[in-house]
Amino acid sequence: MTIKNETKEETPVLNVRNIKKYFPIKGGVFKRTVGQLKAVDDISLSINQGETLGIVGESGSGKSTLGRVILKLLDATEGTILYKDANITSMKRNQFRPYRRNMQMVFQDPFGSLNSKMSVAELVEEPLLVQTSLSKKERQAKAIEFIEKVGLRAEDRLKYPHEFSGGQRQRISIARALITNPEFVVCDEPVSALDISIQAQVLNLMKDLQEELGLTYLFIAHDLSVVKHISDRVAVMYLGKIVEIAPTSKLFQEPAHPYTQALLSSIPTLTKKKADEPAIKLKGDIPSPANPPSGCAFRTRCPFAHERCEKEVPSLAAVGTEHEVSCHLHHD
Amino acid sequence: MTQQAVLQVDNLKTYFHLEEGKTAKAVDDISFKISPGETVALVGESGSGKSISALSIMQLINKPGRIEGGKITLNGKDITNYNAKQMTKIRGNDIAMIFQEPMTALNPVFTIGNQITEIVRKHKNMSRQEAHRHAIHLLKLVGLSRAEEIMKEFPHQLSGGMRQRVMIAMAISCDPMLLIADEPTTALDVTIQAQILDLMNEMKERFQMALLLITHDVGVVSQYADRVMVMYGGQIVEEATVDVLLESPKHPYTQGLLDSLPMVDKDVNRLGTIKGTVPPAYDFPSGCRFSTRCPHVMEKCHSQNPSLSTSDSEHHVRCHLYPSEVKE
Ligand SMILES: Nc1ncnc2c1ncn2[C@@H]1O[C@H](COP(=O)(O)OP(=O)(O)OP(=O)(O)O)[C@@H](O)[C@H]1O
Ligand SMILES: Nc1ncnc2c1ncn2[C@@H]1O[C@H](COP(=O)(O)OP(=O)(O)OP(=O)(O)O)[C@@H](O)[C@H]1O
Ligand code: SF4
Ligand code: SF4
Ligand SMILES: [Mg+2]
Ligand SMILES: [Mg+2]
Repeated sequence: MTIKNETKEETPVLNVRNIKKYFPIKGGVFKRTVGQLKAVDDISLSINQGETLGIVGESGSGKSTLGRVILKLLDATEGTILYKDANITSMKRNQFRPYRRNMQMVFQDPFGSLNSKMSVAELVEEPLLVQTSLSKKERQAKAIEFIEKVGLRAEDRLKYPHEFSGGQRQRISIARALITNPEFVVCDEPVSALDISIQAQVLNLMKDLQEELGLTYLFIAHDLSVVKHISDRVAVMYLGKIVEIAPTSKLFQEPAHPYTQALLSSIPTLTKKKADEPAIKLKGDIPSPANPPSGCAFRTRCPFAHERCEKEVPSLAAVGTEHEVSCHLHHD
Repeated sequence: MTQQAVLQVDNLKTYFHLEEGKTAKAVDDISFKISPGETVALVGESGSGKSISALSIMQLINKPGRIEGGKITLNGKDITNYNAKQMTKIRGNDIAMIFQEPMTALNPVFTIGNQITEIVRKHKNMSRQEAHRHAIHLLKLVGLSRAEEIMKEFPHQLSGGMRQRVMIAMAISCDPMLLIADEPTTALDVTIQAQILDLMNEMKERFQMALLLITHDVGVVSQYADRVMVMYGGQIVEEATVDVLLESPKHPYTQGLLDSLPMVDKDVNRLGTIKGTVPPAYDFPSGCRFSTRCPHVMEKCHSQNPSLSTSDSEHHVRCHLYPSEVKE
């Protein structure tokens, strides 16, 4: 029962329908599959050209898994992924190759994700070597262009990752992701490991590059203020499902799902004071995705949980323009 | 008469003597005090010297690090020259510390019950049975309703938030007068972070402890601290009450830091930035340590490191833009 996005006539860059990713849980002496961990459980979303869709949610809610499934770094258990109308879900590696260069990823960890034995130039050039047929000369020229584009100096190209700070390493990852001129980039917590002043530099850089190159972003983060700053729309995940999705200002001004409300009231801000009691404080821990509660997965922590919530899984449905919520309070 | 400070630190210096003869001035001449019931936040970016300041107060500095000078006074007693045995007693009874990753402070092979009762017995003269009962009481106090069961569980069986609650229970078990919390919620999710910070605040008020809260999250500072000290390059560059610091920051670094924060209650298209990166502690520029990144840098900033001005007793700044009237 999802609403069609009729305000923008163009076809979305990415259209994900009913994606599931279940990991088998092994147990016992024979390491047999004893259950399923539903890391991503029936997610549908679409992203338009030039748009940034932010994904927020607590640790283990399935954000990274969703990003990896979309980029086909992990196989989906069920569902379809349409990239500009092409069904890429079950494409083989060679069929997928022309799409790969259009769909890239920036990872959280600027320390672990770069091969320490390669120089900056080699690191930035590598995707061209694998994904294009450019000559060595062309590749080198392009590498220098992108090293400079992300704010590093051309002279730095002969250095190795350990000679750079965290923020500079993240710039190298960004150059690597963008050098194939992708249209769509999944950014998985790209600034979480960075200091505040460096985080601001990288966020500004990502915004500038988006404008310059017309990029479409899926931006994953657990920091709501970062997501608010960079996103046009935001989806909130809880235990593998989207519980609310809305344009950014709508979501922050009129959050409709009790979890979103709690999340927003938990963030310490500059204007909140000790004395201000937040609207909603959540009790208890996030349940394990291996053993989620029946009905609404949020019911063990929801202050509004009622009888129906235990029995019936709420579905994501419209409460306003481009605003969808999955909660029985909002739907009959 | 003003209330006696729980902790007073005067001119504390801790350096690391690295190979190749370099010296990392991790903590370089910091002074501050904390009163009973007060929460003082220490903020700053990675490597600014926050953790080393805390570890120096606890005298937990190992080679190649060394406390080079300064004075630490706890409740009126000068503990600067206490020996290892005396410090062990202080650490258990008077000062407690909570770390970012509770897993490193908990022993993975012992049950939670083992670990709490051991601490309780060490510091309170209790029988095994009394200590057991007291441990359960403490776990309930920090909001762990399944206390009896948790006593039998191992650290890895608990979530991050529950482990941090156990750490708080252990910390308050011996009624410390000072609690030092080093990034206590950085590894936790935001809804769990709110629970833990509220709990710490409640415990602080209930037991009238002084709290030194180390964090890089300015939002946390704003909501939980009474006073803030901003650290840069091993030094305190600004100190004021929370409201004053957030509303009228004086130091160019504090101003830059606040501008670069994305905040849910702030709408800007571009974030402010501070150019460049934090210099390493073994290679600070001469003069003002912020001079390589400061938008207001002047001639004398390159040659003279400004001192912390004390002309305004409520608002201290280390910057040549605000000349000190007292000392030069
Ligand atoms: N390869 C895997 N095998 C089994 N379980 C996995 C695997 N990858 C992820 N999971 C599980 O799937 C769930 C979702 O994980 P995911 O990494 O997507 O969460 P996340 O929202 O990105 O969390 P974080 O904010 O901590 O990065 C978690 O419970 C995780 O343990
Ligand atoms: N064992 C060590 N050997 C050498 N230098 C060290 C050592 N420990 C700390 N330092 C130096 O001391 C400085 C201060 O470190 P400290 O851990 O106090 O930073 P911090 O402010 O707590 O940072 P973070 O936010 O990353 O925890 C750092 O610049 C670091 O280089
Ligand atoms: S469906 Fe029920 S339990 Fe779930 S969020 Fe809505 S009110 Fe709460
Ligand atoms: S002393 Fe000079 S360089 Fe340092 S913060 Fe002040 S104006 Fe900037
Ligand atoms: Mg993740
Ligand atoms: Mg630290």
